[in-house]
Amino acid sequence: MTVTKPTRRENPMSWRTGTGIAGRPWTGAVREYDLFKELTIGLVAVILLVLAASALFGSPDDKAVSLKSWAVAQPSDFVATATAELAGTSDTAGYGPPYNSTPGATQTLGPIDLQTLAGVKLPIDTAQAFVLGPLSSLPTPPSGVATWKAASADQRTAWTDAYAKALDKAKNHDLANVASGDYGPVPAMMRTLLTMAKQGSLDSVISAQGKFYNLDYTPAILFMGDGAYLNDLAAGLHLSGDQWGMMNETGNYPGQSWLWLFSFFYQIEPFASLPNADIVVVVLVAILTLALMLVPFIPGLRAIPRVIPLHRLIWRDYYRRR
Amino acid sequence: MSTPTKERAAESGPDEIEPFSTWTGRARRWMLKKLPPDKLLPESQPSYVASWIYVFGMGAIASLAVVIASGLVLSLNGPSWWHLSGLGRFVNSTHLWSVEFFFLFMVVHLWGKFWMASWRGGRVLTWITGVFSFAVSIAAAFTGYLLQTNFESQWIAFEAKDALNAAGIGAWFNVANLGQMFTWHIVLLPLGVGAIVAFHVILVRMHGVVSPIDAAETDSQLANAKEASK
Repeated sequence: MTVTKPTRRENPMSWRTGTGIAGRPWTGAVREYDLFKELTIGLVAVILLVLAASALFGSPDDKAVSLKSWAVAQPSDFVATATAELAGTSDTAGYGPPYNSTPGATQTLGPIDLQTLAGVKLPIDTAQAFVLGPLSSLPTPPSGVATWKAASADQRTAWTDAYAKALDKAKNHDLANVASGDYGPVPAMMRTLLTMAKQGSLDSVISAQGKFYNLDYTPAILFMGDGAYLNDLAAGLHLSGDQWGMMNETGNYPGQSWLWLFSFFYQIEPFASLPNADIVVVVLVAILTLALMLVPFIPGLRAIPRVIPLHRLIWRDYYRRR
Repeated sequence: MSTPTKERAAESGPDEIEPFSTWTGRARRWMLKKLPPDKLLPESQPSYVASWIYVFGMGAIASLAVVIASGLVLSLNGPSWWHLSGLGRFVNSTHLWSVEFFFLFMVVHLWGKFWMASWRGGRVLTWITGVFSFAVSIAAAFTGYLLQTNFESQWIAFEAKDALNAAGIGAWFNVANLGQMFTWHIVLLPLGVGAIVAFHVILVRMHGVVSPIDAAETDSQLANAKEASK
């Protein structure tokens, strides 16, 4: 007498090949299908759609800003930012890796500190890169550079701190209204730097970093980002982080709508206020993407298409004729 | 020099493939077994493949072709061309809109496949490669926005650096480094998307289109075909 082992009922939503209809080659009714014809029709249709959308809507192109346009449009913001770069108190100066090693500046997730682990790979000394270096590149560098370099750390801090406060208190934030005080060589250095920026020479000096070829705009982007000018322009174009950020595009264009989930977390609490919001959102989105990828292995999630029967709509012809 | 066995095998025609002992011969045998020509380029599909939802996968592939063609024209003319020329601006627009359609079609395709539970019956790798190609496409599109060399790319570079630096990859994927981003956008990521999409399509052809949920042997479209074949 042979004893047959009872077989466990297969889960109809399983990813396994199994013995069901989904895991076997289809042996039922078929319909004619022409792969190349469908591809050709699809290609022609998409080309027509793209040409029509391009002709009707075009594409946005808001001109790039520069240190020159910044210095001309908002000289006081430019000088205040350059002073902070010189003092080492700007966002970039205290950013941490990969630009410098400011203690406690990194975003961590519990004991995990990927930012520190990556190290200082793109070192930037903001005072040297954005102020002292450009001024020293002039045929006749201002004497203030030598005075600055000869001064003690405490003296430098006292000068920049006093000048930054005076700038902030100046009527209409106008450089001409800065009260007199003991600022050392700082005002003269800033006047020269502002002139360089207004004339356009600072753009090439900071971007080129003493080289002929350059494709790396990291220093210039960081310098501009430390000021209010770039951020204000972005906010005016609904591109700030709290306005769904870079998911948007300048003008009335769809932008990167596929980044909605990433941008979404920056709009809601508690994520929006977290000091380590970036690393939390990155990890969260990575987990959710992985979960989507692994849906076939997750009981409950993989059963949703059977519970909510949208498939009845997709295969309505099949179910009607069954 | 070939061995007598291999010579015999080569002379005996494509049906006699068993005696092949070379890596190439074995690979061909494996490929023909997994994906014979009638599965790779079929002239028929199961009767249930009759819905508009099936159009979107092909739409995404067609859009990807337009994305690559328009991107090639843009890259060959250099990053500033589209700012200075009317034709360049139009080609840039076709690149933008083909990307928008590519994502639209891909998202509808992805959701369609979710509601069809298309991972069933041994198709899990097809699902995974589909989601993976979506994720890699997002990275590819993101780097494209950084290459516009206008205000938007400046702002995105400034804004996006924080998440990448926090994840520890900002130095190697430096969004403010135009040279790096060019390599990612016109070489590495397109190759990645192309390879994953090609693999995804091959898997679709190998496993066929998934049957309706709860399809049964007694369904007329299966039972009648069996009756007719008797």
